[in-house]
Amino acid sequence: MADLTTKLGSLTLQSPIMPASGTFTDELAQVFDLGLIGAHVTKTITAETRGGNPTPRVCEVAGGMLNSIGIPSKGVDYFVDHVIPIYRQWDAPLVVSISAGTADDFARLCARVSQPGVAAIEVNISCPNIEEDGKAFAMRPETTIRAMEALRAASDLPLWAKLSPNTGQTVEVAQAAEAAGADALVVANTLLAMAIDVDSRKPRLGNLMGGLSGPSLKPITLRMAYQAARSVSIPVIGCGGISTLQDVLEYLIAGAAAVQVGTASFREPAIMPRLIEELAAWMDAQGIASLPELIGSVRDDEASDAMIYAEAAP
Amino acid sequence: MSVHDFPIRQAALPVLSNNKVNEEYRQLILRAPSELMARCRPGQFFHLLCPTTSESAPFLRRPMSIYAALADREELHFLYKVTGLGTGTLARLQTGDVMDVLGPLGNGFTLADDWRNLLLVARGVGLATLAPLAHAAKDSGRRLTAICSARHADVLMSVQMFEGLGADVITVTDQDGTSTPDALRPVIDNLVAQGRVDAMFTCGSNRLLKLCQQVSADHGIPGEVALEQQMACGIGMCQCCVRSFRKPGGIVQLRVCAEGPVFDMAEAMGA
Ligand SMILES: Cc1cc2nc3c(=O)[nH]c(=O)nc-3n(C[C@H](O)[C@H](O)[C@H](O)COP(=O)(O)OP(=O)(O)OC[C@H]3O[C@@H](n4cnc5c(N)ncnc54)[C@H](O)[C@@H]3O)c2cc1C
Ligand SMILES: Cc1cc2nc3c(=O)[nH]c(=O)nc-3n(C[C@H](O)[C@H](O)[C@H](O)COP(=O)(O)O)c2cc1C
Ligand code: FES
Repeated sequence: MADLTTKLGSLTLQSPIMPASGTFTDELAQVFDLGLIGAHVTKTITAETRGGNPTPRVCEVAGGMLNSIGIPSKGVDYFVDHVIPIYRQWDAPLVVSISAGTADDFARLCARVSQPGVAAIEVNISCPNIEEDGKAFAMRPETTIRAMEALRAASDLPLWAKLSPNTGQTVEVAQAAEAAGADALVVANTLLAMAIDVDSRKPRLGNLMGGLSGPSLKPITLRMAYQAARSVSIPVIGCGGISTLQDVLEYLIAGAAAVQVGTASFREPAIMPRLIEELAAWMDAQGIASLPELIGSVRDDEASDAMIYAEAAP
Repeated sequence: MSVHDFPIRQAALPVLSNNKVNEEYRQLILRAPSELMARCRPGQFFHLLCPTTSESAPFLRRPMSIYAALADREELHFLYKVTGLGTGTLARLQTGDVMDVLGPLGNGFTLADDWRNLLLVARGVGLATLAPLAHAAKDSGRRLTAICSARHADVLMSVQMFEGLGADVITVTDQDGTSTPDALRPVIDNLVAQGRVDAMFTCGSNRLLKLCQQVSADHGIPGEVALEQQMACGIGMCQCCVRSFRKPGGIVQLRVCAEGPVFDMAEAMGA
């Protein structure tokens, strides 16, 4: 049987497939054994309690969906006391996603969740629903550095920076996160989007705009994962639109060391264990013994760096 | 571990029939494992992956109440109204097609031991959600009264089903003016006076919910309501299906899929 373990810095996962933040809770244990997946990633939390956005919070679009859930949060104390302990029953590493409006608040929250039982912290510097001068930290390299440096000083746990597809500076932001001490990059979050009901002429989300996820997002986030993997030496975790084995393989070949599955779990809740089985079977059939043979194996030798790092379509 | 060890299952079930009930509603009957049907409770629902056609591709699943879960006959029934994209492609299903369902989901109705006389107040498709209570009432020897409300007589459903289960049925329609809260209030008060209402259950109308809440408060009668909200995951992960509820400490947001879809009537707030 193929070896599915993958290394993300100091952390080794038994398989490269894990959930995306905001699309997973322990309630999924009602559908399959959560011990089967590579890691458990929680919904982003904030320090304070928050209510989230008005409904409707989701709508469908061709090949995907928009969401404007926001970050409803019961606050960090509730999370530390009641949520972290739930995950002790599984060996899979627990990854806690956090968000805050300023670098200092980010650092304080990061220190607070650096608890026993937490294996890594995913920093959601990219959520399009949270305002920081109307822009997320991950839009620009300068704000990314400021947030990541504060976070780095606040915790010894591995820090995963989650990038945004809303930036025009993918490579610069990826390199900024690495330079400021990120241990891995998650590429990427949802893309800011909109849908309108033509009969009522009203936006179809209560929050007017929201994040695009699902298959229609994949070509964009795959391109970003590729650019990020080419421009940093820390591991990249691919995320966006994964719903088939083919999608997983594309991200791995593009250079991702692991992947996150989000929206697809809404249509098929047991998709993660299925993809793990399919990946193992495919590797066996191809005679590939372990993931490093696959990761970053994209044949792009002919392409120039200028092409790879371009932010505009040729 | 096998799939049978998990309470929620995704299953591909063959379509036995999918016929029109009247101008607006259809009944979908699937062949389902009796072990799965035996676990279904009145008020629970399934999340349906509606079929994709060349013109329509519903992306999210659609929540649908269990209209009947018959373990002995290995059948799962849904009663649905064609309202948009997803229910539109559902309506095209034919005998022999396969339907992808996820469930059973959510929390069902409570039937406290001392609730011997039940009143159902159902409007439109709310009937589908309340119907399994009639089976449960019969099986546990309770007396059931069902008020069935609809726009006009042609779309009144399930009356014979309720009667067949020994329920007293009161039909009211917009057409003949009997369905307004003002017209219904004395009817319900009269049932209360006769000792026929230990608990009330409602689904399908905000107006009827408000009416039931008033009756409940005035007479101190407990009750439950089944609520709807748009869903993505259906199992508690995405938080898109929240609604507001009045709790002792203030207003809270709860997930209809996970904390509901059945809630204490007194705590529910209008959409
Ligand atoms: C727990 C529960 C049980 C239900 N049981 C039944 C039933 O037994 N019979 C029945 O006919 N209907 C029932 N409904 C309503 C049913 O889910 C909607 O009519 C259906 O989703 C409409 O989908 P559509 O694609 O045809 O409509 P569209 O308007 O095209 O749907 C667009 C989006 O809005 C959502 N949506 C639209 N109306 C509703 C609604 N009333 N409730 C929740 N989401 C909605 C859809 O799921 C979809 O995501 C139930 C809803 C819930 C939450
Ligand atoms: C309903 C929903 C809620 C989400 N909530 C969060 C969140 O709290 N934090 C975060 O970093 N990403 C959040 N995301 C983004 C996902 O983690 C993921 O980056 C994105 O959906 C793309 O992956 P997908 O196409 O596989 O869903 C959310 C996505 C969805 C659909
Ligand atoms: S539909 Fe996802 S939490 Fe209820």
